[in-house]
Amino acid sequence: MLTEAKARQIIDTALTHAQGKCSGCEVTLESSDIATSRFANNSMTQNQAPERTSIAVRVLKNGRQARLTSDDLAPKSITRLLDEALAASQILAKDPGLLPLLSGHKKTAAQPNRLDRKTASLSAEARADAVAEIIKIASSRGLSAAGVVASGSEYTAIGNSKGLFVSHRQSHAQCSVTMRAGDATGWSKAHHIRFADLDCAGLAERAADKAAANVNPVEIKPGRYTVILEPSAVLDLLAYIFADFGATSQIDKLSCFQDKLGKKVLGSNINIVDDVHHPFQAGIPFDGEGLPRQSVSLVKNGVFTDMVYGRRAAAKLKRKSTGHGLAEPNSSGEMPMNLIVGGGDVSLEEMIASSKKAILLTRVWYVRNVDPLSKIVTGMTRDGTFLVEDGAVKSAVKNLRFNQSLIEMLNSVVALGPSLRTAGEEGFPAVVPPMKVENFNFASTTTF
Amino acid sequence: MQKLGEHALNIAAQLGADYADLRIIEQERQTIVTKGQVVSELDSGTSLGIGIRVLVKGGWGFASTQQLSRSAIEAAVKRAFTVAKASACCVNPAIGLAPEPVYDATWVSPHLVDPFSVSLEEKIGILLEAAKIMNAVKGVTLTTGFMSFIRDEKLFMSSSGSRIKQTFIRSGCGIEAYAANADDQQRRSYPKSNGQHELAGWELILRLDLKKEAQRVAEEAVALLSADICPRTAATVVLEPSQLGLQVHESMGHPAELDRALGQEINFAGASFLTPDKLNKLQYGAGIVNLVADATTPGAIGSFAFDDEGVQAQNVHLVKDGTFTGYLSSRDTASLIGLERSGGMMRAESCHFAPIIRMTNISLLPGDAGSLEDIIADTEDGIYMATNYSWSIDQLRYNFQFSTEIGWEIKNGKRKRMLKNCSYGGITPQFWNSCDAIGGRQDYMLSGEPNCGKGQPMQTMWTGHGAPPARFRNVNVGIAHKG
Repeated sequence: MLTEAKARQIIDTALTHAQGKCSGCEVTLESSDIATSRFANNSMTQNQAPERTSIAVRVLKNGRQARLTSDDLAPKSITRLLDEALAASQILAKDPGLLPLLSGHKKTAAQPNRLDRKTASLSAEARADAVAEIIKIASSRGLSAAGVVASGSEYTAIGNSKGLFVSHRQSHAQCSVTMRAGDATGWSKAHHIRFADLDCAGLAERAADKAAANVNPVEIKPGRYTVILEPSAVLDLLAYIFADFGATSQIDKLSCFQDKLGKKVLGSNINIVDDVHHPFQAGIPFDGEGLPRQSVSLVKNGVFTDMVYGRRAAAKLKRKSTGHGLAEPNSSGEMPMNLIVGGGDVSLEEMIASSKKAILLTRVWYVRNVDPLSKIVTGMTRDGTFLVEDGAVKSAVKNLRFNQSLIEMLNSVVALGPSLRTAGEEGFPAVVPPMKVENFNFASTTTF
Repeated sequence: MQKLGEHALNIAAQLGADYADLRIIEQERQTIVTKGQVVSELDSGTSLGIGIRVLVKGGWGFASTQQLSRSAIEAAVKRAFTVAKASACCVNPAIGLAPEPVYDATWVSPHLVDPFSVSLEEKIGILLEAAKIMNAVKGVTLTTGFMSFIRDEKLFMSSSGSRIKQTFIRSGCGIEAYAANADDQQRRSYPKSNGQHELAGWELILRLDLKKEAQRVAEEAVALLSADICPRTAATVVLEPSQLGLQVHESMGHPAELDRALGQEINFAGASFLTPDKLNKLQYGAGIVNLVADATTPGAIGSFAFDDEGVQAQNVHLVKDGTFTGYLSSRDTASLIGLERSGGMMRAESCHFAPIIRMTNISLLPGDAGSLEDIIADTEDGIYMATNYSWSIDQLRYNFQFSTEIGWEIKNGKRKRMLKNCSYGGITPQFWNSCDAIGGRQDYMLSGEPNCGKGQPMQTMWTGHGAPPARFRNVNVGIAHKG
């Protein structure tokens, strides 16, 4: 894993070589040593411990820019990479939207400490112990367990020829478990900074409970139902709308909120903020150019209040960047990566208890955009779909396909639970609540 | 490099590994993306590293490093050994490997012109010419284009004695036009969604001739805004080869992966309805349906001479005359169900990932129904759907739903009005059993998909899919959209 001293040394090598050859040079280093232990059928199937560091150099010259990447960190290779970037930049046409590099800035907010050294250096044996514990729980309940236990750390540093240097090191702990009882499955997942916060045994028990309850599913007719979405289901659905809050998606006329800034687009109970400093969040506190990420209110009481901006889109729309730009150059502009969806005080249990008839979804799977403007997405339910009747879970149901407009969904939320740090499989972990939603559209059913 | 590999294998043997293999991969890559009339992304780079896999007391361990000093390699081997030992505490049964001969071989993927020998100016020029044509079409709101080129020099070595050098040259390109108004947004792509990718050189770019198709692509995107919406009904569907290729990928390729069928991928990518008890028994499709996993197809993106555990490329029948007959397998999964040999489908995204079972070229063999126009002429009432827009399938690979960028109504053997928001869905075996016409070689296409995701951590992989046009009866269409 790259140390900060080594990162500064590599960046200095590139910047020194670039002096006098271009109007600006930016160097980005990314390093990771996350190890992943995989298991299935109550047995370890794979155990990986890769180590990787990459370098990207961006040069600005004569109104043009180019960015090249490598994972060869030898000084000679870095200077060659830089020379190649300089040559490549001059082949391109002038870029009228090109901005000068950022100057070094004072820290505007306390940098979050997201490094737990124990997690960063967790041994393979410790991960194996966690896997063994999960398998033990599965065996004791007559179930079959599959999943991952991962640990390690990631490091990012950006430095440029105008004196900017920012870096961030973060530990990574992840556990996800699928328990299988014959054809019935249950799943749970968590992603934290500290391995100690994972509670692998608790995740195993939860997945096992889901699997046990998921046996003998009944088939229900597709149609519109009230649904109760557990946080992972909420996260993996909303992962498909977050990019629509980027300013470039408005410029490109790709956003489902096209020309609707300042207008009420979602239900009055919907509030969405992007905030990397939220205590439940993780992630890098600066963007692809090193600009600090700011907290941005995207939706307030259903009103589309603001977007996230990279510097290029901000300049075009005469705004200030919010520190959400992707590394330049890029096609997509910016992305909110630290979403907080405001919650409420109705627990999942209360949502179930207050329902005459509803479908409870543990998670969704294989979500894809179908209609970009009305924001219809399709996908399947998975690993625990249940029929709720008269205030209680009555039975498991066979999985269903949905074709659902996310805009309509976020206008049909009738109850919100407390927002939690949540992990899914379709997007970044985020802070989202469970939701009760009316008129959710199921289009077809499957065989299990 | 081979000396470094021998050093790594020697250390693994000294540590007591029962088996070890490694890949040393040197990669050169270049990607150019245009947006409107400008180059929005230009990235080229190199990477070099080693990934080593060891088997210790029946448990796998894997580690990688990009530092190729003897000491760094030694540290990586020790790390792989340590995690393998940790794995061994939790394996039941111990991992075994189906036998495979030892090879000493060199292979270079077929290509005419090294794409890295072509100037950046020429590449950008082609993309911007196509962009200029598309942007000139009234009503177009956004255009994009890309080219990508990769060269992998891969050395595989195993403790069994195999020494295999392979060179892969991959090229790809594509263009897109978008049209939008206040109520609608439509897209058209060429040569297919996500572009076309082949194990080929610069000749692929010249053959696909982006400039020639740019006008049509842009005009179709604009025309879609005012096209009628695909009706919601049960209909006869004729699928264009690249869309059918993705159908094959999702509904045959993934379910035939033996690791999924054995439950090893159930936590993320999912399992499969094609469980071993169905092998050689299940009527997967109509009798005219024949599907193969062919890693020997020249030029196809999923081809190679040897997979990432040193198994020679093969052509495996997955479905023969409609019956499910074979799996995509690896040495360890083949051993689990008693196959004599791995099918040779293990690949890894890079040297930093352990190989997993991946599709090679999963293809529908041509039938006797002639060309696309022959099939349309033979169809009284139906919908022809082309170019994928959206795809989704359940985790056992039964319930699928696809949307396409464009469609046309078929009436009395003729292609009629254009349709937008086309979609269709069904249950995999029912769908493939409803196939009653498979085209011949005339319009056969070998699609290359660059972004198949699987594994934890997720790896992306290149997969190939050959398909002619084909016809399916009584399919639910128009199900994804309103209207």
